[in-house]
Amino acid sequence: MKLGNLWRHVALAVMAVFVVAACGSSNSSGSASCSESSAKTATSASACGGMDALIAAAKSEGRLNVIALPRDWANYGAILDKFTATYGIPITSDNPDGSSQDEVNAVQQLGTTSRAPDVLDIGLAVALANTNLFAPYKVSTWGDILDSQKEPSGLWFEDYGGFMSVGYDSSKVPAITKFDDLLGSGFKGKVALNGNPKQANAALNGVMMANLAEGGTLDDISKGVDFFHRLKQAGNFVPVQATTATVKNGTTPVVFDWDYLSAAHGTDVPTWKVFVPGNAILGGYYAQSINKSAPHPAAARLWEEFLYSDVGQNLWLTGLARPVRQAAMQKSGTLDAAAAAKLPPVNGTPQFLSDAQSTSAKNYVVAHWDAAIS
Amino acid sequence: MTTAGSPAVATNVGRPLLGGRRFSLDWVGTLPFFVYVLLFLLLPTAIVAFGAFFDATNGFTLDNFAHLSRSYVIKATIDTVGISAVTAIFGATLGALLAYAIVTGRPNGLLRRLVVSASGVLAQFGGVTLAFAFIASIGPAGFVYLFFQSHGFNYYANSVWLFQIPGLVLVYLYFQIPLMVLVFLPALDGIKPQWREATESLGGGTWHYWRYVAGPILFPAFLGATLLLFANAFSAYATANALINQGGPVLAQQISGALSSEVGAVEPGFAKAIAVEMIVIVTLVTVGYSLLQRRTAKWL
Repeated sequence: MKLGNLWRHVALAVMAVFVVAACGSSNSSGSASCSESSAKTATSASACGGMDALIAAAKSEGRLNVIALPRDWANYGAILDKFTATYGIPITSDNPDGSSQDEVNAVQQLGTTSRAPDVLDIGLAVALANTNLFAPYKVSTWGDILDSQKEPSGLWFEDYGGFMSVGYDSSKVPAITKFDDLLGSGFKGKVALNGNPKQANAALNGVMMANLAEGGTLDDISKGVDFFHRLKQAGNFVPVQATTATVKNGTTPVVFDWDYLSAAHGTDVPTWKVFVPGNAILGGYYAQSINKSAPHPAAARLWEEFLYSDVGQNLWLTGLARPVRQAAMQKSGTLDAAAAAKLPPVNGTPQFLSDAQSTSAKNYVVAHWDAAIS
Repeated sequence: MTTAGSPAVATNVGRPLLGGRRFSLDWVGTLPFFVYVLLFLLLPTAIVAFGAFFDATNGFTLDNFAHLSRSYVIKATIDTVGISAVTAIFGATLGALLAYAIVTGRPNGLLRRLVVSASGVLAQFGGVTLAFAFIASIGPAGFVYLFFQSHGFNYYANSVWLFQIPGLVLVYLYFQIPLMVLVFLPALDGIKPQWREATESLGGGTWHYWRYVAGPILFPAFLGATLLLFANAFSAYATANALINQGGPVLAQQISGALSSEVGAVEPGFAKAIAVEMIVIVTLVTVGYSLLQRRTAKWL
């Protein structure tokens, strides 16, 4: 290649980068009463000129960056599509299979660039550890969220959740009526967790559920780790991470997972059943947070308003996740009753891990898990 | 870009400057190479090695290295070295035999072109795709297993070994053998048929030829390729993680575990210490290789 030619190409490429960068930033100056600077610090829709001004500002930002939202997780596919259809704002969905920690890492590494995630959907432990990265915001339906499920200023607020469960393909394994059935010979090489409990919140809660079912307490997870050790020795434990693909092809016909994620396998596997042991009803909710250096601050806030509207909450419910406003919406009659009826039945008293309890469970699992199952 | 710059540099070569002292600018041509090595090899290594001495609050500590004595890290170290060594030796042996079979055929024959291009693809066919291909075929719900099972042969009767170390070895071999074919073929091509004829005209047989002629010539190349295969397996992550997600039998998984955790078990310094451990192991193997290389070269 001739040198002159090469430089022309390089120059063109550099120009293209600048043009693209300019396009990215030029349309973020909102014309409505909700300006970019006020959107960045707005702690509610009314602080930014009301919903209409917020919508206008979000539209002029022209984009929303989300992260770690799998389309088959809690109906997020439909939620993302509905948001774009309603407001005409395209969504960049990064790293859909990432973990909560990956989300926080992205916020830290991408800083104030236009690629940084605007909003986060994270596990409570990660939310509590990173509140310095979040902007406080209260959605219009703030009052419906229980005080125990939100940070008072709005740095994080719980969004949806469910109960830990054992999902199984009833055509491949015997029906599960009590927890110890899993140690039986009918489950050889069939029982899996959704992730590694040292890393994934769902898996750690799976071990905790086993712990409660085996007579342990929220303060001491050792009986849960011991259960998986026995499961491994019986040859029943599969060390593969359960995904929609492994459930569909039958490699992991028994999976410990949140009931809303597990029940969703029913669309691929019609014989899929969800079992929640009566003595081990372990609840868990995720939380929403807004990145305080969000590149699209108005769109970020509009996204939260959308998620906590009746429409957004019912979309989660359709995905078999229990939305945080479920009780309030049931009272006001706005809950999608047909969707609610599809939730797996739960009989008993739900238990929730406190921050200290999940820390001590995590510490025990990090120290003992690998030895217990290898 | 680098070649475009070199003619200008060449005009300066050997021009006397400052009263006869020769000031050569030859090194300018090597600059891009050293910049590359610095940015992509030395700098990341230095950052990792340096970071291993700091804790979460950026205070100096040696704890990260002390943590390497945790039982699961020791087990992962043994397992990773074992898997890498076994797949390197098997991969190198089987790959060398396959490469030899190709070389004995026609140089531009269809078989050779087919195997070489297939190897080029398969050597890069690692990761989740490869793992799932095995899960879907010979896995406990795979069609191959179900076929054998229905014909009375249950190869998972004792345990589902695909999700244990033997399974990793099998799956790794799937990309190790093609890689060996690719890197060992040029060495085999260098063997001249005249050498064989010379051996025979001097009264030597097949054994003599391999023991005293071809073997010594190929052995250093074979060792080098084996080392490459070892490093290839040693650094593999995605394949292992897709097959054995629990227990972290591979060191790279332990790094991932210490780096990314949504339950709050993040220990970046510890992750870097494991990375340093991996660098040390590969360095030791490389040093061992070059010592062996020197011996075999002397022997020639």
